[in-house]
Amino acid sequence: MTTTGLHEAHIYEVLEAVKDPEIDTVSIIDLGMIERVQVNDGHIRIEVLPTFSGCPALTIIQQNIKKAVKQLEGVREVSVVFMNHPTWTSDRVTEKGRQGLKKFGIAPPPRFLTEDGSWHVDCPYCGSTYVTLENIFGPTACRSILYCKSCKNPFEAMKIISTSM
Amino acid sequence: MTNEVKPEYKKAVLTVLYQLADDDYLFSYRGSEWLGLAPHIEEDVAFSSITQDTMGHANLYYTLLEELGEGAADSLAQLRPKEERFNSLLVERPNGEGYYKDAPNYDWGYAVARNFVYTTVKKAKIDALKASSYTPLKEVAVKISTELYYHQMHWTTWFTQLCTATEESRSRMMKALQEVIKDSGDLLSLGSTAAHITAYELIESEAVIKERWLAIVTPTFEAVEIAIPVLPEPIINGRNGQHTDDLTSAIETMSEVYRSDLAASW
Repeated sequence: MTTTGLHEAHIYEVLEAVKDPEIDTVSIIDLGMIERVQVNDGHIRIEVLPTFSGCPALTIIQQNIKKAVKQLEGVREVSVVFMNHPTWTSDRVTEKGRQGLKKFGIAPPPRFLTEDGSWHVDCPYCGSTYVTLENIFGPTACRSILYCKSCKNPFEAMKIISTSM
Repeated sequence: MTNEVKPEYKKAVLTVLYQLADDDYLFSYRGSEWLGLAPHIEEDVAFSSITQDTMGHANLYYTLLEELGEGAADSLAQLRPKEERFNSLLVERPNGEGYYKDAPNYDWGYAVARNFVYTTVKKAKIDALKASSYTPLKEVAVKISTELYYHQMHWTTWFTQLCTATEESRSRMMKALQEVIKDSGDLLSLGSTAAHITAYELIESEAVIKERWLAIVTPTFEAVEIAIPVLPEPIINGRNGQHTDDLTSAIETMSEVYRSDLAASW
């Protein structure tokens, strides 16, 4: 809370409208990228966790956050800082984010690694478990390529990223 | 935090960071030369994705150097001459005969052998950094390891398959592995100031990293029934700034666009 009446909640509200530049059905909040927001007399500091190290969308996200937050009344300065700690992991994707990914045709990241290190993904279109992994690596750093043998659709899935790997 | 560090400590931090950054930068560059040339399209996607991740890792290290006042991350990557580089010999070796834009005659076996050895050594080093006394480095190591998991799995799969597929593939892999190991003398080296680096607990010692590496690769070498190669003494040591002309041409090609307009904003 500050003299300008600007509150962290206002910032989060605006950040909800900042989408992944490559997946417009999920926001950066849905992806679990926002670690902390600090408001101090019109000075806003937003700590962001980068998803994949080599993701070219990161600087675009940084600019989009600045642009969006600057439009709020009472904002004097916005700093967007990328943090390496804690490390972003795929379990930070929220339930809303998981739904948003599916809507885009991307299966959400698997929740758990089983004991033998394997993981399982269902088809985002028909929900079938009868799928094959075509390529762990995909068109972007965060996605794998799969194929659904039930509805015969190729699809992508967000990779599982965990510090236990 | 960085303001509090002692000069000797800072020097040791810089040494380690340059080694790690330059290794990943060059490894990524060699990977990028393979773009469009991999044996099949899915491999092209995978290899270029790994290359992209690896450039991201180099960027994380160069950014830590920038934060320590060494200059802009991009300039550190693009503008330093070979004498100021600390990458290992293995990553500066060309992919093979020919130029990637012209008539590349690269050997996939060599690429797989180099990538397998490099990636498993990288994994050993990343694990050896997870208790680093320099917190920003420790945090970056954790970040990188989440992505490295997939790289290691990928190159181990290729290495195992080509070593066991046919007689021809096996003999070509044996030859490629020999080439790679011959150049791997400085891969585990921390350079002439290794003792300081280890004393400051920035990374575990060369001996411990080597043990870690052996533990990582032993199951694979056992599975393909190939004796675990003995890493030779370095021919030249990249950690001490010793390099071949292959590095000069790699830097020239890689930084051509960047040098064409140093004031441009990328």
